[in-house]
Amino acid sequence: MTDAPSDRLSPALRTEALEQLLVERELVDPTVMDTFISTYERDVGPLNGARVVARAWTDAEYRAWLLRDGTAAIKDLGYGGPQGEHMVVLEQTEDVHHVVVCTLCSCYPWPVLGLPPSWYKDPAYRAGMVRTPRRTLREMGLEVPEGREIQVWDSSAEVRYLVLPRRPAGTDGLDAEALAALVTRDAMVGVAEVAAP
Amino acid sequence: MDSIADMGGTQGWGPAQVPTDEPPFPEPWEGRSFALTVLTMGRISGRNLDAFRHALGRLHPVDYLVDGYYGRWLNAAELMLTDSTILAPGAVDARARRNRGEDVEEPAFPEPTRPDYRASAPGSLREVDQDPAFAVGDVVRTKDLHPEGPTKLPRYLRRRTGTVAAVRPPHVLPDTHAVFAGENPQHVYTVAFPSTELWGPDAEPFTLHAEVFESYLETR
Repeated sequence: MTDAPSDRLSPALRTEALEQLLVERELVDPTVMDTFISTYERDVGPLNGARVVARAWTDAEYRAWLLRDGTAAIKDLGYGGPQGEHMVVLEQTEDVHHVVVCTLCSCYPWPVLGLPPSWYKDPAYRAGMVRTPRRTLREMGLEVPEGREIQVWDSSAEVRYLVLPRRPAGTDGLDAEALAALVTRDAMVGVAEVAAP
Repeated sequence: MDSIADMGGTQGWGPAQVPTDEPPFPEPWEGRSFALTVLTMGRISGRNLDAFRHALGRLHPVDYLVDGYYGRWLNAAELMLTDSTILAPGAVDARARRNRGEDVEEPAFPEPTRPDYRASAPGSLREVDQDPAFAVGDVVRTKDLHPEGPTKLPRYLRRRTGTVAAVRPPHVLPDTHAVFAGENPQHVYTVAFPSTELWGPDAEPFTLHAEVFESYLETR
Protein backbone atom coordinates (compact mmCIF):
# COMPACT_ATOMS: atom_id res chain seq x y z
CA MET A 1 0.00 0.00 0.00
CA THR A 2 1.29 3.40 -0.93
CA ASP A 3 0.74 5.87 1.84
CA ALA A 4 -0.32 9.43 1.21
CA PRO A 5 2.63 11.66 2.09
CA SER A 6 2.19 13.15 5.52
CA ASP A 7 2.79 16.70 4.30
CA ARG A 8 0.07 16.36 1.68
CA LEU A 9 -1.63 19.67 0.94
CA SER A 10 -5.33 19.83 1.68
CA PRO A 11 -7.67 19.91 -1.31
CA ALA A 12 -8.97 23.27 -0.08
CA LEU A 13 -5.47 24.78 -0.36
CA ARG A 14 -4.84 23.17 -3.73
CA THR A 15 -8.20 24.32 -5.10
CA GLU A 16 -7.45 27.87 -4.02
CA ALA A 17 -4.04 27.67 -5.71
CA LEU A 18 -5.44 26.29 -8.96
CA GLU A 19 -8.11 29.00 -9.05
CA GLN A 20 -5.48 31.71 -8.57
CA LEU A 21 -3.30 30.31 -11.37
CA LEU A 22 -6.16 30.07 -13.85
CA VAL A 23 -7.54 33.50 -12.97
CA GLU A 24 -4.08 35.04 -13.45
CA ARG A 25 -3.91 33.46 -16.90
CA GLU A 26 -7.44 34.81 -17.57
CA LEU A 27 -8.68 31.30 -18.27
CA VAL A 28 -11.38 31.41 -15.61
CA ASP A 29 -13.65 34.17 -14.38
CA PRO A 30 -14.53 33.74 -10.68
CA THR A 31 -17.98 35.29 -11.17
CA VAL A 32 -18.77 32.63 -13.79
CA MET A 33 -17.68 30.01 -11.27
CA ASP A 34 -20.03 31.54 -8.69
CA THR A 35 -22.94 31.30 -11.12
CA PHE A 36 -22.12 27.71 -11.88
CA ILE A 37 -21.97 26.78 -8.19
CA SER A 38 -25.21 28.52 -7.29
CA THR A 39 -27.01 26.88 -10.23
CA TYR A 40 -26.29 23.45 -8.81
CA GLU A 41 -26.89 24.57 -5.22
CA ARG A 42 -30.25 26.21 -5.90
CA ASP A 43 -31.79 25.46 -9.30
CA VAL A 44 -30.85 21.96 -10.43
CA GLY A 45 -31.70 19.28 -7.91
CA PRO A 46 -33.96 16.34 -7.10
CA LEU A 47 -37.08 18.54 -6.98
CA ASN A 48 -36.96 18.50 -10.79
CA GLY A 49 -37.15 14.72 -10.85
CA ALA A 50 -39.84 14.76 -8.14
CA ARG A 51 -42.01 16.92 -10.41
CA VAL A 52 -41.55 14.42 -13.24
CA VAL A 53 -42.57 11.56 -10.94
CA ALA A 54 -45.60 13.42 -9.54
CA ARG A 55 -46.77 14.24 -13.06
CA ALA A 56 -46.47 10.58 -14.03
CA TRP A 57 -48.44 9.56 -10.94
CA THR A 58 -51.31 11.91 -11.80
CA ASP A 59 -51.39 11.76 -15.61
CA ALA A 60 -51.59 8.31 -17.24
CA GLU A 61 -50.85 9.65 -20.70
CA TYR A 62 -47.74 11.44 -19.48
CA ARG A 63 -46.62 8.32 -17.63
CA ALA A 64 -46.89 6.25 -20.81
CA TRP A 65 -44.90 8.87 -22.76
CA LEU A 66 -42.28 9.08 -20.00
CA LEU A 67 -41.71 5.31 -20.08
CA ARG A 68 -41.62 5.25 -23.89
CA ASP A 69 -39.45 8.35 -24.50
CA GLY A 70 -37.98 9.62 -21.25
CA THR A 71 -35.84 12.29 -22.87
CA ALA A 72 -38.78 13.99 -24.63
CA ALA A 73 -41.23 13.70 -21.74
CA ILE A 74 -38.70 15.12 -19.27
CA LYS A 75 -37.77 17.89 -21.71
CA ASP A 76 -41.48 18.76 -21.86
CA LEU A 77 -41.29 19.79 -18.20
CA GLY A 78 -38.26 21.95 -18.96
CA TYR A 79 -35.45 19.66 -17.82
CA GLY A 80 -32.52 18.83 -20.07
CA GLY A 81 -28.84 19.59 -20.57
CA PRO A 82 -25.52 18.06 -19.57
CA GLN A 83 -25.75 14.49 -18.25
CA GLY A 84 -29.32 14.15 -19.50
CA GLU A 85 -28.81 13.65 -23.24
CA HIS A 86 -30.64 10.34 -23.38
CA MET A 87 -32.95 9.61 -20.47
CA VAL A 88 -34.54 6.24 -19.76
CA VAL A 89 -37.17 5.85 -17.03
CA LEU A 90 -37.45 2.60 -15.08
CA GLU A 91 -40.78 1.80 -13.44
CA GLN A 92 -40.81 0.14 -10.02
CA THR A 93 -43.54 -2.50 -9.72
CA GLU A 94 -44.72 -5.14 -7.26
CA ASP A 95 -42.52 -7.64 -9.09
CA VAL A 96 -39.42 -5.69 -10.10
CA HIS A 97 -37.07 -3.37 -8.19
CA HIS A 98 -34.71 -1.22 -10.26
CA VAL A 99 -31.54 0.40 -8.93
CA VAL A 100 -29.01 2.58 -10.77
CA VAL A 101 -25.23 2.78 -10.36
CA CYS A 102 -22.14 3.93 -12.27
CA THR A 103 -19.17 1.64 -11.64
CA LEU A 104 -16.69 3.47 -13.90
CA CYS A 105 -17.23 7.01 -12.57
CA SER A 106 -20.29 8.46 -10.89
CA CYS A 107 -22.52 9.24 -13.87
CA TYR A 108 -25.86 10.58 -12.70
CA PRO A 109 -28.84 12.33 -14.36
CA TRP A 110 -27.97 15.92 -13.42
CA PRO A 111 -30.98 17.70 -15.01
CA VAL A 112 -33.50 15.76 -12.91
CA LEU A 113 -31.53 14.87 -9.76
CA GLY A 114 -28.75 17.49 -9.51
CA LEU A 115 -25.25 16.43 -8.53
CA PRO A 116 -24.75 12.96 -7.04
CA PRO A 117 -24.82 12.49 -3.25
CA SER A 118 -21.78 11.12 -1.46
CA TRP A 119 -23.14 7.57 -1.02
CA TYR A 120 -23.57 7.28 -4.81
CA LYS A 121 -19.91 8.26 -5.38
CA ASP A 122 -18.62 6.00 -2.62
CA PRO A 123 -16.54 2.96 -3.71
CA ALA A 124 -18.64 0.65 -1.53
CA TYR A 125 -21.76 1.54 -3.56
CA ARG A 126 -20.08 1.52 -6.97
CA ALA A 127 -18.40 -1.82 -6.28
CA GLY A 128 -21.14 -3.60 -4.36
CA MET A 129 -24.28 -2.72 -6.30
CA VAL A 130 -23.28 -4.79 -9.33
CA ARG A 131 -22.22 -7.82 -7.26
CA THR A 132 -24.45 -8.05 -4.20
CA PRO A 133 -27.28 -5.55 -4.78
CA ARG A 134 -29.69 -7.03 -2.26
CA ARG A 135 -27.04 -6.92 0.47
CA THR A 136 -25.93 -3.41 -0.56
CA LEU A 137 -29.51 -2.11 -0.45
CA ARG A 138 -29.94 -3.70 2.98
CA GLU A 139 -26.82 -1.90 4.22
CA MET A 140 -28.43 1.33 3.03
CA GLY A 141 -31.66 0.61 4.88
CA LEU A 142 -33.85 -0.88 2.15
CA GLU A 143 -35.09 -4.45 2.47
CA VAL A 144 -36.32 -5.66 -0.93
CA PRO A 145 -38.95 -8.41 -0.47
CA GLU A 146 -37.59 -11.87 -1.34
CA GLY A 147 -40.02 -12.42 -4.20
CA ARG A 148 -39.22 -9.14 -5.91
CA GLU A 149 -36.69 -9.39 -8.73
CA ILE A 150 -33.78 -6.93 -8.67
CA GLN A 151 -32.57 -5.26 -11.85
CA VAL A 152 -29.35 -3.25 -11.66
CA TRP A 153 -28.45 -0.63 -14.28
CA ASP A 154 -24.76 0.27 -14.62
CA SER A 155 -24.59 3.63 -16.46
CA SER A 156 -21.50 2.69 -18.47
CA ALA A 157 -22.08 5.10 -21.40
CA GLU A 158 -24.25 8.22 -21.85
CA VAL A 159 -27.69 6.77 -21.13
CA ARG A 160 -28.98 8.20 -17.85
CA TYR A 161 -31.64 6.48 -15.77
CA LEU A 162 -34.43 7.86 -13.60
CA VAL A 163 -36.39 5.45 -11.43
CA LEU A 164 -40.16 5.99 -11.27
CA PRO A 165 -41.04 4.89 -7.73
CA ARG A 166 -44.34 3.29 -6.77
CA ARG A 167 -46.92 5.76 -5.52
CA PRO A 168 -47.52 5.15 -1.82
CA ALA A 169 -50.95 4.17 -0.52
CA GLY A 170 -53.11 6.84 1.05
CA THR A 171 -52.19 9.60 -1.39
CA ASP A 172 -55.31 9.58 -3.56
CA GLY A 173 -56.39 13.03 -2.47
CA LEU A 174 -53.05 14.72 -3.09
CA ASP A 175 -52.33 16.93 -6.09
CA ALA A 176 -49.10 16.83 -8.09
CA GLU A 177 -47.41 19.51 -5.97
CA ALA A 178 -48.13 17.70 -2.71
CA LEU A 179 -47.03 14.41 -4.25
CA ALA A 180 -43.76 15.91 -5.50
CA ALA A 181 -42.94 16.88 -1.93
CA LEU A 182 -43.04 13.20 -0.95
CA VAL A 183 -40.63 11.99 -3.65
CA THR A 184 -37.02 11.62 -2.54
CA ARG A 185 -33.75 11.57 -4.47
CA ASP A 186 -33.00 8.14 -3.00
CA ALA A 187 -36.25 6.68 -4.36
CA MET A 188 -35.45 8.03 -7.83
CA VAL A 189 -32.12 6.13 -7.85
CA GLY A 190 -33.75 3.00 -6.43
CA VAL A 191 -32.19 2.79 -2.97
CA ALA A 192 -35.40 3.71 -1.12
CA GLU A 193 -39.18 3.59 -1.50
CA VAL A 194 -41.40 6.66 -1.27
CA ALA A 195 -42.98 6.66 2.19
CA ALA A 196 -46.65 7.42 2.70
CA PRO A 197 -47.29 10.90 4.19
CA MET B 1 -6.66 0.31 -19.03
CA ASP B 2 -7.46 -1.39 -15.73
CA SER B 3 -7.77 1.72 -13.59
CA ILE B 4 -8.71 2.46 -10.02
CA ALA B 5 -11.88 4.06 -11.43
CA ASP B 6 -13.14 0.67 -12.67
CA MET B 7 -14.67 -0.41 -9.36
CA GLY B 8 -17.53 -2.73 -10.27
CA GLY B 9 -17.48 -5.86 -8.13
CA THR B 10 -14.24 -5.06 -6.30
CA GLN B 11 -14.27 -5.95 -2.62
CA GLY B 12 -12.97 -4.62 0.66
CA TRP B 13 -14.65 -1.19 0.72
CA GLY B 14 -16.88 -1.95 3.70
CA PRO B 15 -20.64 -1.39 3.86
CA ALA B 16 -22.43 1.14 1.67
CA GLN B 17 -23.34 4.45 3.33
CA VAL B 18 -26.80 5.04 4.74
CA PRO B 19 -28.12 8.03 2.75
CA THR B 20 -28.45 11.31 4.61
CA ASP B 21 -29.50 14.80 3.64
CA GLU B 22 -26.50 16.76 2.48
CA PRO B 23 -25.89 19.90 0.45
CA PRO B 24 -24.37 19.49 -3.06
CA PHE B 25 -21.07 20.92 -1.80
CA PRO B 26 -20.57 20.19 1.92
CA GLU B 27 -17.38 22.30 1.92
CA PRO B 28 -16.82 25.50 -0.10
CA TRP B 29 -13.70 24.14 -1.86
CA GLU B 30 -15.80 21.35 -3.35
CA GLY B 31 -17.97 23.83 -5.21
CA ARG B 32 -14.86 25.72 -6.41
CA SER B 33 -13.26 22.46 -7.55
CA PHE B 34 -16.45 21.47 -9.38
CA ALA B 35 -16.69 24.79 -11.21
CA LEU B 36 -12.97 24.97 -12.00
CA THR B 37 -13.00 21.47 -13.43
CA VAL B 38 -16.06 21.94 -15.61
CA LEU B 39 -14.80 25.27 -16.93
CA THR B 40 -11.23 24.21 -17.58
CA MET B 41 -12.34 20.96 -19.19
CA GLY B 42 -14.23 23.04 -21.73
CA ARG B 43 -11.43 25.53 -22.29
CA ILE B 44 -8.59 23.15 -22.83
CA SER B 45 -10.21 20.43 -24.85
CA GLY B 46 -13.45 21.47 -26.50
CA ARG B 47 -15.60 19.94 -23.77
CA ASN B 48 -14.11 16.50 -24.10
CA LEU B 49 -15.83 14.75 -21.22
CA ASP B 50 -14.17 11.46 -22.14
CA ALA B 51 -10.72 13.01 -21.80
CA PHE B 52 -11.68 14.16 -18.31
CA ARG B 53 -12.88 10.68 -17.36
CA HIS B 54 -9.65 9.23 -18.76
CA ALA B 55 -7.68 11.71 -16.64
CA LEU B 56 -9.58 10.44 -13.58
CA GLY B 57 -8.68 6.88 -14.54
CA ARG B 58 -4.99 7.76 -14.95
CA LEU B 59 -4.66 9.17 -11.44
CA HIS B 60 -2.56 7.35 -8.89
CA PRO B 61 -4.99 5.36 -6.73
CA VAL B 62 -4.10 7.49 -3.71
CA ASP B 63 -4.84 10.69 -5.64
CA TYR B 64 -8.11 9.14 -6.80
CA LEU B 65 -9.29 8.20 -3.33
CA VAL B 66 -7.73 10.35 -0.66
CA ASP B 67 -9.66 13.61 -1.05
CA GLY B 68 -12.98 12.21 -2.21
CA TYR B 69 -14.98 13.04 -5.31
CA TYR B 70 -14.15 16.71 -5.83
CA GLY B 71 -10.59 16.00 -4.75
CA ARG B 72 -10.24 13.57 -7.65
CA TRP B 73 -11.89 16.12 -9.96
CA LEU B 74 -9.28 18.66 -8.89
CA ASN B 75 -6.45 16.19 -9.49
CA ALA B 76 -7.81 15.18 -12.91
CA ALA B 77 -8.22 18.84 -13.91
CA GLU B 78 -4.62 19.49 -12.93
CA LEU B 79 -3.51 16.45 -14.95
CA MET B 80 -5.36 17.72 -18.05
CA LEU B 81 -3.86 21.18 -17.58
CA THR B 82 -0.33 19.83 -17.28
CA ASP B 83 -0.92 17.47 -20.25
CA SER B 84 -1.73 20.49 -22.39
CA THR B 85 1.09 22.49 -20.72
CA ILE B 86 -1.23 25.24 -19.60
CA LEU B 87 0.31 24.63 -16.18
CA ALA B 88 3.78 23.35 -15.33
CA PRO B 89 3.99 20.17 -13.24
CA GLY B 90 4.11 21.17 -9.57
CA ALA B 91 2.64 24.63 -10.18
CA VAL B 92 -0.43 24.04 -8.04
CA ASP B 93 1.51 22.61 -5.11
CA ALA B 94 4.08 25.42 -5.29
CA ARG B 95 1.39 28.09 -5.22
CA ALA B 96 -0.44 26.39 -2.36
CA ARG B 97 2.79 26.21 -0.33
CA ARG B 98 3.56 29.88 -0.99
CA ASN B 99 0.01 30.74 0.10
CA ARG B 100 0.64 29.08 3.44
CA GLY B 101 3.91 30.91 3.93
CA GLU B 102 6.55 28.50 2.63
CA ASP B 103 9.46 29.94 0.66
CA VAL B 104 9.01 27.90 -2.53
CA GLU B 105 9.86 28.91 -6.06
CA GLU B 106 7.02 28.62 -8.56
CA PRO B 107 7.65 27.17 -12.04
CA ALA B 108 7.15 29.56 -14.96
CA PHE B 109 3.99 29.26 -17.04
CA PRO B 110 4.86 27.06 -20.04
CA GLU B 111 3.74 27.61 -23.64
CA PRO B 112 0.33 25.89 -23.99
CA THR B 113 0.05 22.93 -26.35
CA ARG B 114 -3.61 22.23 -26.03
CA PRO B 115 -5.03 19.47 -28.26
CA ASP B 116 -6.11 20.55 -31.74
CA TYR B 117 -9.66 19.33 -31.29
CA ARG B 118 -13.19 20.52 -31.84
CA ALA B 119 -16.30 18.39 -31.28
CA SER B 120 -18.39 17.83 -34.41
CA ALA B 121 -21.57 18.48 -32.40
CA PRO B 122 -22.55 19.16 -28.77
CA GLY B 123 -22.80 16.23 -26.38
CA SER B 124 -21.85 12.61 -26.96
CA LEU B 125 -24.65 11.31 -29.21
CA ARG B 126 -24.16 11.14 -32.98
CA GLU B 127 -25.75 9.58 -36.05
CA VAL B 128 -24.06 6.80 -37.98
CA ASP B 129 -24.80 5.54 -41.50
CA GLN B 130 -24.54 1.81 -40.99
CA ASP B 131 -27.29 -0.24 -39.35
CA PRO B 132 -26.81 -1.69 -35.88
CA ALA B 133 -25.07 -5.08 -36.01
CA PHE B 134 -27.27 -6.45 -33.23
CA ALA B 135 -30.96 -6.36 -32.40
CA VAL B 136 -33.01 -6.69 -29.23
CA GLY B 137 -33.01 -10.34 -28.15
CA ASP B 138 -29.67 -11.21 -29.75
CA VAL B 139 -27.29 -13.22 -27.58
CA VAL B 140 -23.91 -11.44 -27.53
CA ARG B 141 -20.56 -11.90 -25.87
CA THR B 142 -18.16 -9.21 -24.70
CA LYS B 143 -14.65 -9.51 -26.11
CA ASP B 144 -11.48 -10.18 -24.17
CA LEU B 145 -10.26 -6.58 -24.41
CA HIS B 146 -7.28 -5.28 -22.42
CA PRO B 147 -6.33 -1.95 -24.03
CA GLU B 148 -3.55 0.21 -22.60
CA GLY B 149 -5.71 3.26 -23.23
CA PRO B 150 -9.25 4.20 -22.22
CA THR B 151 -12.22 1.84 -22.51
CA LYS B 152 -15.79 1.82 -21.25
CA LEU B 153 -15.95 -1.93 -20.95
CA PRO B 154 -15.72 -2.59 -17.21
CA ARG B 155 -13.39 -5.40 -16.13
CA TYR B 156 -16.26 -7.35 -14.60
CA LEU B 157 -17.99 -7.50 -18.00
CA ARG B 158 -15.13 -8.96 -20.06
CA ARG B 159 -15.84 -12.32 -21.76
CA ARG B 160 -19.43 -12.42 -20.54
CA THR B 161 -22.53 -13.55 -22.41
CA GLY B 162 -25.73 -11.53 -22.29
CA THR B 163 -28.80 -10.53 -24.26
CA VAL B 164 -29.37 -7.23 -26.04
CA ALA B 165 -32.16 -5.46 -24.13
CA ALA B 166 -32.19 -2.15 -26.07
CA VAL B 167 -30.46 -0.42 -28.96
CA ARG B 168 -29.50 3.11 -27.84
CA PRO B 169 -28.54 6.14 -29.92
CA PRO B 170 -24.97 5.96 -31.28
CA HIS B 171 -22.28 7.56 -29.11
CA VAL B 172 -18.81 8.90 -29.80
CA LEU B 173 -16.33 6.14 -28.91
CA PRO B 174 -14.50 7.07 -25.69
CA ASP B 175 -11.57 4.74 -26.56
CA THR B 176 -10.42 7.17 -29.27
CA HIS B 177 -12.31 10.33 -28.31
CA ALA B 178 -10.74 10.49 -24.84
CA VAL B 179 -7.26 10.69 -26.38
CA PHE B 180 -8.27 13.17 -29.12
CA ALA B 181 -7.97 10.49 -31.81
CA GLY B 182 -11.42 10.96 -33.33
CA GLU B 183 -15.08 10.61 -32.41
CA ASN B 184 -15.65 7.31 -34.32
CA PRO B 185 -19.35 7.11 -33.32
CA GLN B 186 -20.73 3.61 -32.79
CA HIS B 187 -23.98 1.91 -31.95
CA VAL B 188 -24.48 1.31 -28.24
CA TYR B 189 -26.56 -1.46 -26.71
CA THR B 190 -28.00 -2.06 -23.29
CA VAL B 191 -27.08 -5.68 -22.58
CA ALA B 192 -28.66 -7.78 -19.83
CA PHE B 193 -26.43 -10.28 -18.00
CA PRO B 194 -27.71 -12.83 -15.46
CA SER B 195 -25.82 -12.43 -12.17
CA THR B 196 -24.63 -16.04 -12.33
CA GLU B 197 -22.81 -15.25 -15.60
CA LEU B 198 -20.87 -12.56 -13.72
CA TRP B 199 -20.35 -13.96 -10.23
CA GLY B 200 -20.77 -17.70 -10.44
CA PRO B 201 -23.48 -20.17 -9.48
CA ASP B 202 -23.83 -18.87 -5.91
CA ALA B 203 -24.43 -15.25 -6.93
CA GLU B 204 -27.35 -13.28 -5.56
CA PRO B 205 -30.12 -13.63 -8.15
CA PHE B 206 -30.49 -10.42 -10.20
CA THR B 207 -30.09 -9.04 -13.70
CA LEU B 208 -27.30 -6.59 -14.51
CA HIS B 209 -27.76 -4.15 -17.37
CA ALA B 210 -24.94 -2.09 -18.84
CA GLU B 211 -24.33 -0.04 -21.96
CA VAL B 212 -21.87 -1.73 -24.29
CA PHE B 213 -20.30 -0.25 -27.44
CA GLU B 214 -20.69 -2.29 -30.60
CA SER B 215 -16.94 -2.92 -31.05
CA TYR B 216 -16.80 -4.55 -27.60
CA LEU B 217 -19.27 -7.23 -28.69
CA GLU B 218 -19.17 -10.36 -30.80
CA THR B 219 -21.79 -12.89 -31.75
CA ARG B 220 -21.70 -15.75 -29.40
